[in-house]
Amino acid sequence: MFHRESGVFKTTYGADMALYPLPIAKWTVIALAVLFVLIIPLAVHEYYLSILNLIFIAIVGALGLNILVGYTGQISIGHGAFMSVGAYTAANLAVRLDLPFWITLPAGGLMAALIGVIVGMPSLRIKGLYLPIATLAVRLDLPFWITLPAGGLMAALIGVIVGMPSLRIKGLYLAIATLAGQLIIEWTINHVPAISGGAQASIEVDRPSLFGVSFNTQGHLYFFLLFFAVLAIVATLNLARSRIGRAFVAVRDQDIAAEIIGINIYRYKLLAFAISSFYAGVCGVLYTYYFGIANYEQFQLVVSIDYLAMIIIGGLGSVLGSILGAIFVTLLPIAIRIFMEDVGSLFFTSAEMANVISGLRLGVFGGLIIFFLIVEPEGLNRLWRNIRSYFRVWPFSY
Amino acid sequence: MTRFVRSWLGVAATTATLAFGAGQAFAQTKEVVFGFQCDRTGPTAPVGTVLCPGYQDYIALVNSKGGVEGYKIRVLEIDHEYKVPPAMEAHERFKKEGAVLEGLYGTPQTAALNKKLEEDKILGTSPGFGTAAAADGKRFPYTFPIAASYWSQAGAAVAFVKEKLGDLKGKKIAYLFYDNPAGKEPLAVLEDLAKSEGFEMRTFAVPAPGLEMGAQVLDITGRYKPDFIIAHLFGRSPSVSIKELKGKGFPLSKVISLVWGSAESDIIAAGGMGMAEGYNTIQFAGVGKDFPVLKEIEAMYKAQGKPAPKEMDSTVYYNRGVLNAAIHVEALRNAIKAKGGAMPTSEEVKKGMESIKGFTLGGFVPPMEITPTDHEGGGWVQIWTVKGGKLVKVKDWFQGYRPVIQKQLAADASKS
Repeated sequence: MFHRESGVFKTTYGADMALYPLPIAKWTVIALAVLFVLIIPLAVHEYYLSILNLIFIAIVGALGLNILVGYTGQISIGHGAFMSVGAYTAANLAVRLDLPFWITLPAGGLMAALIGVIVGMPSLRIKGLYLPIATLAVRLDLPFWITLPAGGLMAALIGVIVGMPSLRIKGLYLAIATLAGQLIIEWTINHVPAISGGAQASIEVDRPSLFGVSFNTQGHLYFFLLFFAVLAIVATLNLARSRIGRAFVAVRDQDIAAEIIGINIYRYKLLAFAISSFYAGVCGVLYTYYFGIANYEQFQLVVSIDYLAMIIIGGLGSVLGSILGAIFVTLLPIAIRIFMEDVGSLFFTSAEMANVISGLRLGVFGGLIIFFLIVEPEGLNRLWRNIRSYFRVWPFSY
Repeated sequence: MTRFVRSWLGVAATTATLAFGAGQAFAQTKEVVFGFQCDRTGPTAPVGTVLCPGYQDYIALVNSKGGVEGYKIRVLEIDHEYKVPPAMEAHERFKKEGAVLEGLYGTPQTAALNKKLEEDKILGTSPGFGTAAAADGKRFPYTFPIAASYWSQAGAAVAFVKEKLGDLKGKKIAYLFYDNPAGKEPLAVLEDLAKSEGFEMRTFAVPAPGLEMGAQVLDITGRYKPDFIIAHLFGRSPSVSIKELKGKGFPLSKVISLVWGSAESDIIAAGGMGMAEGYNTIQFAGVGKDFPVLKEIEAMYKAQGKPAPKEMDSTVYYNRGVLNAAIHVEALRNAIKAKGGAMPTSEEVKKGMESIKGFTLGGFVPPMEITPTDHEGGGWVQIWTVKGGKLVKVKDWFQGYRPVIQKQLAADASKS
């Protein structure tokens, strides 16, 4: 990541695909690992750990969305809803069956993946987009599908049956279909007490614990969330260089061509939805354990938009882009506020400042996003690569 | 190349900003920090832009008079835009700055922070939102609604309807609500009361964002023809409901709204105070400007040579901000007094909060009594009705069906 590559000539496909292009890359990763595992948790105040924790969760969600939107080219604005599916699955399993997090977490992800596949069905027939009516019909009933995997399969069956005619419907966009998915899932959770656990639609869960240690401080949660963020990063890096990842990119670049060279479009589009939703589900479960509560109001449409913003700012179809985007969107409002508090206190009283900061922060945040996208429309990832290649030949121009 | 340099500068500036912020964390002597979460730019900005200045102004007033028992209060306000993750960040920031208590804002944010508050032993107040069950101080030790919950408001609404209609037996009541958890919360109390009082209730859900309710209102006025409507709406939808009901010729004197459909701005947005004659609202803080505390705030601004802030004209939300601040200050005062003038810990401020009693601020605050078991303070409300172009108090502080609410709380506690 931080090394120079002059004089490197790859002679095999294996070398080209390697995760570590050079031995020094391994050392970079080790240095990063030491920094994040040993130095940061010891040296940094709990407050900054809490910000990092939010970033870790966001990274998992952003990676998931990037697999779908960036790698496979299927636009989704229903990411938040898949998070809520994961969150409620895990919360129900944790509370009703008293299961530990290492069961509820993958279960939440799997449930989200299942729902993701159903919502993704229309993408088969609809290049680019289109379909809400059929997904609206999923409003029917989805009783108990979250507490029991069998119930989940039942719902999948209903979803598939209801979704089938929609494969024939043309004229609306996939983005709208996923939007419909978002609204349906919200509506369902709000109205089915079996899922939501009552009028407040929120289920409290205990802190995750492992070997008798409860992750209940920001410091403990830091390691808990770091583990999953790293897992998600490594998994996505490997996914991207595998057969599946290449198939995703082929589908994105030109789906007809991909089909002609033998890629099963149905399979890979649905797989992209499934994997992406799995990440979203895990992200939702992490939020649930982080806040100690599953509440669908935490996963509304605006969250889907936020995650879309992360991957667009960070860079579509790139792992580093997802990470940078998650950092940017989470950190920037906080950084702007702290900066303004320091500078603003020279000019304003604290009461006046409260008003000034809120408005200005929104403006500066929006302005910076526009600025970065004008400087580099392909996102922060591309910006980073440009910086690297600039310094690679520095001080010469090429 | 310049663009690379520029982006490097951006990264450097951000890093420096964070480092600079870290260096600022020093505690002054004789200073107490209050954390206050707010939404001035998110979906509920129309509330936040009025409520939060109310909070700030009261604290400024207290500070201008020498503070609380010699302690100045520093308010750290963080705007979370009604998003949940920033609310957690705000809480951690408050904790870092040594806040002894914090004001929460928003139902999902309150839910998400409930556990953290308990772990960190910092109390959070949630007047007018959050779950009604939080009134139970045993189950939610660090969450303080400090104002009538939706359950208490529903009980009060039915009590008011009963007063208007005489006997409720066989009467028809329509419940028009926003279709979200907060909107559905009063249903438990309303259904219970429908049984015990013998009235018939039908529910009419308004889906988010609640800007279109022609069908519901037509159903209510044309088909159901209720004797009274209890409305529980948020955001822009209260004003839509007023306009629609008025348009269909339903008398607004037979409508009572819970606390988030009861501000002047809702009525004005519906077409003005003049057209909403008779509209009944539930309030958990005093309404209008006729209170000594508000006169003092005006005087404070005058002394600084400034006009009174325009937010003061929107008295419903502004006064709620003042009430929130006043109760925070009172809790702090109790804690300092109990400690003989020494700096209290957040734990001691919680005890101070739990000993608030007989603090009315000239009728501005209800005669609430917050105890270790009752964090709601009794669930007191007033009814204010639009009369002659302004809100007029028609019923002083009262508790509606208190035993029913307590029964609900006990039932909810036994469920978990």
